Amino acid sequence: MSIKVRQEEIIEEFGLLDGDLEMSINYLIELGDQLAPFPVNNKIDDFIVKGCQSKVWLFAQEEDQRVIFHADSNTVVTKGLVSLLVRVLSGHRAEEILNEDIYFPDKIGMGRFIGSQRSNGFSAMIKQMKLYALAINIKDKK
Amino acid sequence: MTLTLKDQLDLTAIRKQFHVLDQSVNGNPLIYFDNAATTQKPLAVISEISRYYTEDNANIHRGIHTLAERATAAYENTRKSIAQFINANESEEIIFTKGTTDSINLVAHSLGGSLLKPGDEVLISCMEHHSNIVPWQLICEKTKAVLKIIPINDQGELIFEEFLNLLSDRTKIVSMVHISNTLGTINPVKEVIAAAHKWGAKVLIDGAQATPHNKIDVKSLNCDFYAFSGHKMYGPTGVGVLYGKRSLLEAIPPYQGGGEMIKEVSFTQTTYNEIPFKFEAGTPNIAGVTGLNKAIEFVQSIGLDQISHHENKLLLRATTQLSEIEGFQPMGTASEKASVISFNVEGVHPFDLGVLLDAKGIAIRTGHHCTQPLMDRFIVEGTARASFAIYNTFEEVDQFVSVLSSLIKKLR
Repeated sequence: MSIKVRQEEIIEEFGLLDGDLEMSINYLIELGDQLAPFPVNNKIDDFIVKGCQSKVWLFAQEEDQRVIFHADSNTVVTKGLVSLLVRVLSGHRAEEILNEDIYFPDKIGMGRFIGSQRSNGFSAMIKQMKLYALAINIKDKK
Repeated sequence: MTLTLKDQLDLTAIRKQFHVLDQSVNGNPLIYFDNAATTQKPLAVISEISRYYTEDNANIHRGIHTLAERATAAYENTRKSIAQFINANESEEIIFTKGTTDSINLVAHSLGGSLLKPGDEVLISCMEHHSNIVPWQLICEKTKAVLKIIPINDQGELIFEEFLNLLSDRTKIVSMVHISNTLGTINPVKEVIAAAHKWGAKVLIDGAQATPHNKIDVKSLNCDFYAFSGHKMYGPTGVGVLYGKRSLLEAIPPYQGGGEMIKEVSFTQTTYNEIPFKFEAGTPNIAGVTGLNKAIEFVQSIGLDQISHHENKLLLRATTQLSEIEGFQPMGTASEKASVISFNVEGVHPFDLGVLLDAKGIAIRTGHHCTQPLMDRFIVEGTARASFAIYNTFEEVDQFVSVLSSLIKKLR
């Protein structure tokens, strides 16, 4: 499933919630619960994404020329947010991750229901994931 | 409005002055418990700002026309009101600033910059807001003075003995918060000031959280400087106050240069204006200042005794009910405490509580509350904080605790 299709899927799911803040947050928490367990040994400061009030751990590894993202957070809401990004970007080629526009946050009105501070944190997560993809892409081309 | 110190506060009448409270947020009636960050503004304050711009707007002081006279009068009347409000000797001891942060920066720059020498010491407490830490770090770095920290105990109270031990003839400035924005602790500032003065140190009190709750008497306190903000006491944002003793204000150099603060300017020499104007460079926030006057009138119409009486009852009710929650971990349990409750709940991140409470229309604050060293002292990343004001009700406290309890069950 392409990055675009996964984004459309999320847009459709949140569309069903009709912009209801409480339902959207509860849904985010549910999605966060489904995130794959984060390797305990990688819960180190090197993998913390700066810019969030809560802590987010994020790292990437390459498997069969695909970038696999692992993420976790110490808050359930943020874990839900980062789970959306993992769902959209994990399992794709580094070049695809670098080139694809991440438009689903705007389409689901994320700024409206997560607030500007959390939007900044969310942007920091996207930036970090793209940086991982960039590093892997450069490594692959060597 | 005539009220005695009893339980018959007409909250309906008070709340009618705060239209902002009469709204739904995310489908629920708004409960505003973020008052330590900023209070809401009564109609009188909002109307005055509008009235000022509609009827009187002009630049103050040197203008000779009628509007300038009216604007100047409105501005200077507020100065007189504030002098009376905090019992200053004279209105010239009242400097208008942008807020508490600005006031502290002024003192750090003008007093600290002229007084501190290498090896001198500035004392602050462990519970200070960043705005009463960073300005001192900056000036200490510049002057090679040393910043020393007065420790606190596990209840969030100043360890007075330690404070006395830190005082010496090297102590030149003590700068301390009156009421902690995070812990609610009311510090024994009168005793702090007296002890510091014995060593000849000057004392600045950060009163941002104190002025909305307690009667301030700068003469009785005998503080050298007292700083506070308008917006935390039902007034507008962007306007604050620095009280300073005349002798000190006259002795220290200006903070910023510009119009208003000068007597004569030439390219070879500039002389400065008298106080308070020496410290008010540029066109000030005139509308904000006139709005602040209405905020003071509002506070005085109820009475600070009545306000703190009501808030203490809210605090007691909330503390009692929250203590029933399994895993409730309050931060700040001082015997002298204002209406602020900082807490964590075992197994639940405060950020999640803040987000989910907001979805239920309840506004609290989460995070480090600009007191990161205090978070380090208690070894926590942050807390959830509910803070009360005169317009809050017991029903709101009950609803808050009820919603919080159900959210905690869901999150665990």
